[in-house]
Amino acid sequence: MDDQYMLEIRDLHVYFRVYEGVSRVLDGVYLYVAKGERVGFAGETGCGKTVTMKAVMGMLKIPPAIIPHGEIFLDGRDVLKMSQRELLQIKGTEISMIFQDPMNALNPVFTIGEQLCDVIRFARRYRSSGVNLSKKEVHDKAIAALGEVRLPDPKRIKNNYPLELSGGMRQRVLIAMALVNEPSFLIADEPGTALDVTIQAQILDLLSELVKNRRISVLLITHNLGVIQETTERVYIMYAGQVVETAPTAVLFNNPKHPYTQGLLASVPRLTGGQIAEGIPGTVPDYIDALSGCRFHPRCSHAMPVCSMKKPPFTMLKPDQYVACYLYTEKGG
Amino acid sequence: MNEPLLIVDDLVKHFPIRVGFFQRQIGEVKAVEGVSLDIRSGEIFGLVGESGSGKSTVGKTIVRLFKPTSGTIQFKGKDITKLKEENLHFFKKDAQMVFQDPKSSLNPRRSIKSTLEDPLITHKIAQNGNDRTKIVRDLLRMVELSPNYMYKYPSALSGGQRQRVAIARALAVNPSFIVLDEPTSALDVSVQAKIIRLLQKLQKEFQLSYLFISHDLSLTRTIASRTAVMYVGRIYELASTEELFIAPLHPYTRTLISAVPVISKEERRVRPVKQSRGGEIPSPVTPPKGCAFHPRCSLADTICFQQLPDLLEVMPGHFVRCHNVSVNIKSAKERGNLFVKSYRGN
Repeated sequence: MDDQYMLEIRDLHVYFRVYEGVSRVLDGVYLYVAKGERVGFAGETGCGKTVTMKAVMGMLKIPPAIIPHGEIFLDGRDVLKMSQRELLQIKGTEISMIFQDPMNALNPVFTIGEQLCDVIRFARRYRSSGVNLSKKEVHDKAIAALGEVRLPDPKRIKNNYPLELSGGMRQRVLIAMALVNEPSFLIADEPGTALDVTIQAQILDLLSELVKNRRISVLLITHNLGVIQETTERVYIMYAGQVVETAPTAVLFNNPKHPYTQGLLASVPRLTGGQIAEGIPGTVPDYIDALSGCRFHPRCSHAMPVCSMKKPPFTMLKPDQYVACYLYTEKGG
Repeated sequence: MNEPLLIVDDLVKHFPIRVGFFQRQIGEVKAVEGVSLDIRSGEIFGLVGESGSGKSTVGKTIVRLFKPTSGTIQFKGKDITKLKEENLHFFKKDAQMVFQDPKSSLNPRRSIKSTLEDPLITHKIAQNGNDRTKIVRDLLRMVELSPNYMYKYPSALSGGQRQRVAIARALAVNPSFIVLDEPTSALDVSVQAKIIRLLQKLQKEFQLSYLFISHDLSLTRTIASRTAVMYVGRIYELASTEELFIAPLHPYTRTLISAVPVISKEERRVRPVKQSRGGEIPSPVTPPKGCAFHPRCSLADTICFQQLPDLLEVMPGHFVRCHNVSVNIKSAKERGNLFVKSYRGN
């Protein structure tokens, strides 16, 4: 295995068996996160961001989910072939997650300290090189973790219930929990989007600083393109279960290539003012009678006959910039 | 832009906090603490601020979903604060509201047709069924939905389509003023773009006035002609939108704009440097003494702790509530900011 990548997803298909038939949600997703790299993963509601993430974390219920095709490698190990026990060993220790809603991700009936200590002890139990920590050591570690996310007075916060903290503080607690076991890979699902901009900015600054210092690889899942621009080095754009484009963040936002990305960026209201675009005509397609070819073709103003027949391959425009669109292939264009 | 359609003067709204069996009052949420603004006919007025700043309460109090604690609201020259519920009919027909979450603002057990017919019946716009069906069809066409949607239920609609229905419901009574309370915050950007375009089109077509409440500054920049910034129940800065974003003078406004995540270099260039030391919005139950922003403000000095500054007109049409506004005016002048150049004084 190539060990320059923290996460490799190759040609991943995930289907769900539902009452009406088979819902073909992911249609060949490719995604790579290099070691130490911060990667953004953007797309609108229902495009399959969460399903992809759940597949990586081994959180999909099989059935109803089916993975007919595809591979997921985490630091060189095949996630789809792991046993539950092996998965437990890496979850929360080597990879961890920050969830979107800081209220729902914390248990309201336990104190912050109890929940944080649980996370620390969990890792000790499952990590192969498990060292048993004394009660005091666990406690100290928890206090240190709360201090690192700049929560004022960690000793007091440790005895607070989630209800007693503000949204921003809860989000900091979640970051502390995610980082306390020193993971090498972090998946952040919409961090801070439930918060106000000023608090969100504080959270993102803190997160960027912590992951940079520890050289943690990050996959940041969000629909907020501004957040991706501010915090990541490379970005993947997903539409209806297909990755349509990937490039270094600055390149992609300056010069989007895929018609969907272009439409998406034109819809974003700008701080400099000016009229926003008309949006993208049509709506997101249904996954049950999933479209063949490029799933964007019914909404695309450049659509050609070939678009509805065959899925476009990735075309390399510059090193590191790939787009899945026939406009840029020699045959199609 | 002509005479004001709506004049809000020193609006105050407190909510009692009650506990126990006898509902003893133990305190007050001071949601709105003296807000004055005017909205001209045909204008889109933006109201921004963090959650808990009281911006939604202002909107809801203006359309009289809440009874104001004190202050006056004049609509088309009539004081509506003193009117009793039964005399508010004319006003409620003229002023409508669109809520944030179309999932909870539409009744899931009623078809779109029945939802849209309701205001027509209440306000005696169309008495017979055929007329109503015709109007409902027109309303759906107005918000760019196919008339076939009439017989569907909200569950069969996407978020954007539901918000279109909510807009159609507001338009049913032919209002001149609509309060839009975060109308697109539950939607994806590409859907948001369509709804915003629709709202702009309707505004032009029917000469509507909007109070556009939002926490999304970039969006407010796009749509509003004037913008007010709220913090803990008060307006801290009010100016034409362009001026507010190019020459923000209050440290809080600057902090807010500096925190907006943006996607282009041009936007990054216009973002000011923040003037705060972190921290969060204080509770409206126990707001800080003096200027409410002083615990977070990097310009704060002793007077800010003691005395609430007045909302002063520092330039024509540009109001700021800050003791140290001269610092920001001076630095803006030094940077050659066009808006501040005309300003004379200290």
